[in-house]
Amino acid sequence: MDATDAQDVTLAQAGDEAAFRRLVERHSRGLFQLAFRLTGNEPDAEDIVQDAFLKVYRELKRFEARSSFRTWLHRITVNCAYDLLRKRPRFEAEPIGGDGGEAAGFEPEAAPSGQPDRAAYGAEVQDRVRQAMAQLTPTERAAFVLRHFEGRPLDEIGSALGLQLSATKHSIFRAVQKMRRALRPVVGGLGQFGVPAAYPGEERP
Amino acid sequence: MNHATEELLVLHHYGDADAGESGALEQHLHDCDSCRARFKELRRALDAVSALEVPERGEGYGAEVWARLQPALSGPKPRRWWSFSVPSLAFAGGLAVLLVTAFVAGQYWPRQQPPVPAGQQATAVPAAPDTAATERVRERVLYLAVGDHLERSNVALVELMNAGGGAQPVDISSERERARDLVSENRLYRQTAADAGEAGVAAVLDELERVLMEIANSPSQLTVQDLQRVHDHIESQGIIFKVRVLGDTVRQREVPRTDRVIG
Repeated sequence: MDATDAQDVTLAQAGDEAAFRRLVERHSRGLFQLAFRLTGNEPDAEDIVQDAFLKVYRELKRFEARSSFRTWLHRITVNCAYDLLRKRPRFEAEPIGGDGGEAAGFEPEAAPSGQPDRAAYGAEVQDRVRQAMAQLTPTERAAFVLRHFEGRPLDEIGSALGLQLSATKHSIFRAVQKMRRALRPVVGGLGQFGVPAAYPGEERP
Repeated sequence: MNHATEELLVLHHYGDADAGESGALEQHLHDCDSCRARFKELRRALDAVSALEVPERGEGYGAEVWARLQPALSGPKPRRWWSFSVPSLAFAGGLAVLLVTAFVAGQYWPRQQPPVPAGQQATAVPAAPDTAATERVRERVLYLAVGDHLERSNVALVELMNAGGGAQPVDISSERERARDLVSENRLYRQTAADAGEAGVAAVLDELERVLMEIANSPSQLTVQDLQRVHDHIESQGIIFKVRVLGDTVRQREVPRTDRVIG
């Protein structure tokens, strides 16, 4: 465990509120990022951050430092988000124009210049990623966020979500498939001649 | 090696394939144009996912979180209207927010109760006088608190709508600070309403919270165009009207009624 965290955790376990404050201030931004990726919106992410720290505060005396404080904190955050996502109906986002089909109103290979504006392209990709994330199941979303964005190992993800290794792998795989399907019209799949499409502004491979 | 499966490509991308599988796949990707192209496409898609933007939180965010959290950890000063009804509050500390939530959920949002059959009305046992009085005091304070929150939210939104009017950038730092304060209160009431199954109330508070968040996270100086965008957003949501209607409803409930069903 990070030496600074370890010291503050020990002090906080002994009732030092200033030490707990340092932990909160040190980890809030990272926690918000994780919570936002898990929930997809700011109010929920803010709630999750607050709930997670409250839980950490209540459970702090039971923390035995077998893992890092950050790992433990993130695990609690994932559980808070997971609970929230499971209570909520999915598919809140607008549907993504068909099964991998072209998005209405967007032309990835605009003629005649051949290059759509990069900013518009970036916004379109962002929009599709957000929509695709919103359509993942809570398990897929949590597993994918932890693997893709947080770089957590499979066994840790499985442990946090109560999944066997094979189920963890499969959840990530399903999430990746859905993300690829959603992004295919803008990022490109295999083109007519079996080569991937290029990003706008890039040479085709 | 046969063509690589999609699942193996994903495992390989994240470094989760077995060492043997990965070695064989590397060799295959070197030899097979089709699988190499598929793997490249996978990486492109996942690179695009990585670019997903997360709203910025500044250096002071940790302090903001602490400011919202700290009262819940140490517990608010005991207040007469709940201290006598919840003895465990003395050691509740970090449970303070949950207690308030449970309290509000049970008391503020009226519950639907099945109608009492006519034949049984005469035998219904009335609440003890002390309990009934306590409930009324609690109820009044909570109605006042929620009503006050809605009123202050309404004032903050109206003031923001009236800000500007010239060609110069507008300083909204005071409105922003006020919105930040209101967000944390609003969150508590929204959660309470949602937990109590008051979907309509929770929906209005959710909309209000989103608008307040937007204001709280705005720069302190807004250009005329930015301010206009905020105005348009507030107007398009009709949030001021909704807050007023909800506020009126709550104020009506502030008046003690002996015939209302209580928690």
